[in-house]
Amino acid sequence: MSITVKEPPPGVKPKETEDSYLERQGSTRRRRFLRHVLLCVAGAVMLYPLMWMISSSLKPSRLVFTDLSLWPSEWDWGNYAEGWTALEQPFSVYLINSAVIVVLSIVGNLLSCSLAAYGFARLNFTGRKLFFTLMLGTMMLPGHVLLVPQYIVFAKLDWLNTYYPLLVPNFLATNAFYIFLMVQFMRSLPKELDDAARIDGAGPFRTFWSVIMPLCMPAFATTAIFTFISVWNEFFGPLLYLTDSELYTVPLALRQFIDSEGQSQWGQMFAMSFLSLAPVIGFFIAGQKYLVKGIATTGLK
Amino acid sequence: MTAVTTASAGSVSHADPAAHTPPSPRGKGKPRQDRAGYLFLLPWFIGMLLTVVPFFASLYLAFTDYNLINPPQWTGLDNFRDMLDDPVLHQSLKVTFVYTFVSVPLSLVVALGVAMLLNRGVKGLPVYRAVFYLPSLLGGSVAVVLLWKYVFGLDGIVNGFIGWFGLTGPGWTSDPDYALTTLIILHVWTFGSPMVIFLAGLRQIPAMYYEAAALDGASKWQQFRRITLPLLSPIIFFNLIQSLISSFQTFTQGFIMSGGTGGPAESTLFYNLYLYQQGFSQFRMGYASAMAWFLLVIIGAFTALNFFTAKYWVFYDN
Repeated sequence: MSITVKEPPPGVKPKETEDSYLERQGSTRRRRFLRHVLLCVAGAVMLYPLMWMISSSLKPSRLVFTDLSLWPSEWDWGNYAEGWTALEQPFSVYLINSAVIVVLSIVGNLLSCSLAAYGFARLNFTGRKLFFTLMLGTMMLPGHVLLVPQYIVFAKLDWLNTYYPLLVPNFLATNAFYIFLMVQFMRSLPKELDDAARIDGAGPFRTFWSVIMPLCMPAFATTAIFTFISVWNEFFGPLLYLTDSELYTVPLALRQFIDSEGQSQWGQMFAMSFLSLAPVIGFFIAGQKYLVKGIATTGLK
Repeated sequence: MTAVTTASAGSVSHADPAAHTPPSPRGKGKPRQDRAGYLFLLPWFIGMLLTVVPFFASLYLAFTDYNLINPPQWTGLDNFRDMLDDPVLHQSLKVTFVYTFVSVPLSLVVALGVAMLLNRGVKGLPVYRAVFYLPSLLGGSVAVVLLWKYVFGLDGIVNGFIGWFGLTGPGWTSDPDYALTTLIILHVWTFGSPMVIFLAGLRQIPAMYYEAAALDGASKWQQFRRITLPLLSPIIFFNLIQSLISSFQTFTQGFIMSGGTGGPAESTLFYNLYLYQQGFSQFRMGYASAMAWFLLVIIGAFTALNFFTAKYWVFYDN
């Protein structure tokens, strides 16, 4: 079955003619120049703290607060090597823990949310509207209300100090935002695809797996990147459920730097902080297209 | 189950002709569709149990005294009475309200302003957008809050900059009067995600509206006031609700900035941080549940207020 469908046009179309109109309108060369200056200054202010972090990670600790220039007058690459082993476990342990949780969370979200999304977008069953409303409702429900009973349940299951409380909810489609994102995307695919698959004898599961899934890759990419960033940065869940330092994720590990503040190893702290942000920045650069499209479409209904 | 497995194996089952005809909404096809639909939603149904049951369980716990070891003791409204008399709780409410009602409008205004600057056919738009958007992905991370603590620290770069003008900056993170301001600035720094949504919305406003208004002699301000704002109002509404809900639940920023205490002098003791302390350091699970429900009511009230006033200021073009 080789059905090729062009990716549906994204909600935001480039409007060449209109842009050039806006540009012409009240926009002399001088004003355009001023606008670039303004944007560049604002951008520099925005990025300055991050630049400072990178530069501080390369300075000896004693110079972090005395040498204000971004270009280190004295380079100290040792911060990375020393910071790597400064905490209870080598930093590789935390990086691997975080990576394992992130990868499994992405798999869980993609599987469970796409199943639910296909059900909502394409299948007609009793109570669909009601369940869909309920699903949208959970999107607005503040998570802290569920916190205490969920903790009790996980404690009773003897899941404290394991990854289950962090992972299992992701395999159960508890993140309504991603379901919503995929439903929106699937609705934009032509219905005729499903009809054609059915006439060829495919049941709903095969239609989902062989026809719809491959076409949903842009929505999956958005989900995967959002999951990556939110799970990688997640602090509260690991803080609540993990107590052994061998199980710590990167954010919990970084927190140890505040506890050992007295030693004032700022260079090491910034080195490890930067290492913890680097994957997010990398994924952002690689997946910017999907991120921007993803949040723009959810905001525009 | 069998229908799905045979179909997924790709075999054509001649015994079941219903599989080949498009099912009608009513009648023979319906139970089959029901079964398939529920199968696809199965993980979600189990997940909903993990949402719905705790939702009501925490309502029950709010009226009990529970320390995780002994069974919950029904205490009626005691938890809520205690909340009325708890000065620390009042402080945490104040911190959360000040933070929310300063940082949310401020970051939305900045987001809209920058989006409008970027909307005018700027060369290099993707680069600018990336630069402004990136911080919003990092703002909630421990690394950035730690960074903020030192950027604003007594000898940090902010005070270094203030020092150029011969002034002495305050102890941003050690002075109770400034600690929350530091976190508000951090929130504004993450204006990128509402900005991207605004930008997408602005691009959908047809340029001919502005063209026509300009021909009629409307000033820039009038165009903004009469065209941009009304047509963007559904998106402003969406951004406002999203930001309010998440801002009321701020936790990490206060925790990292103060090392978990909410200090200095409880000036960064966010409501959820106090809830965490009560529930998971003091093990007052009943009290924590009562606090959680109180915050839910507050968030619900503000969301409802937004929805009710929406008809006066949100303009839907359909």
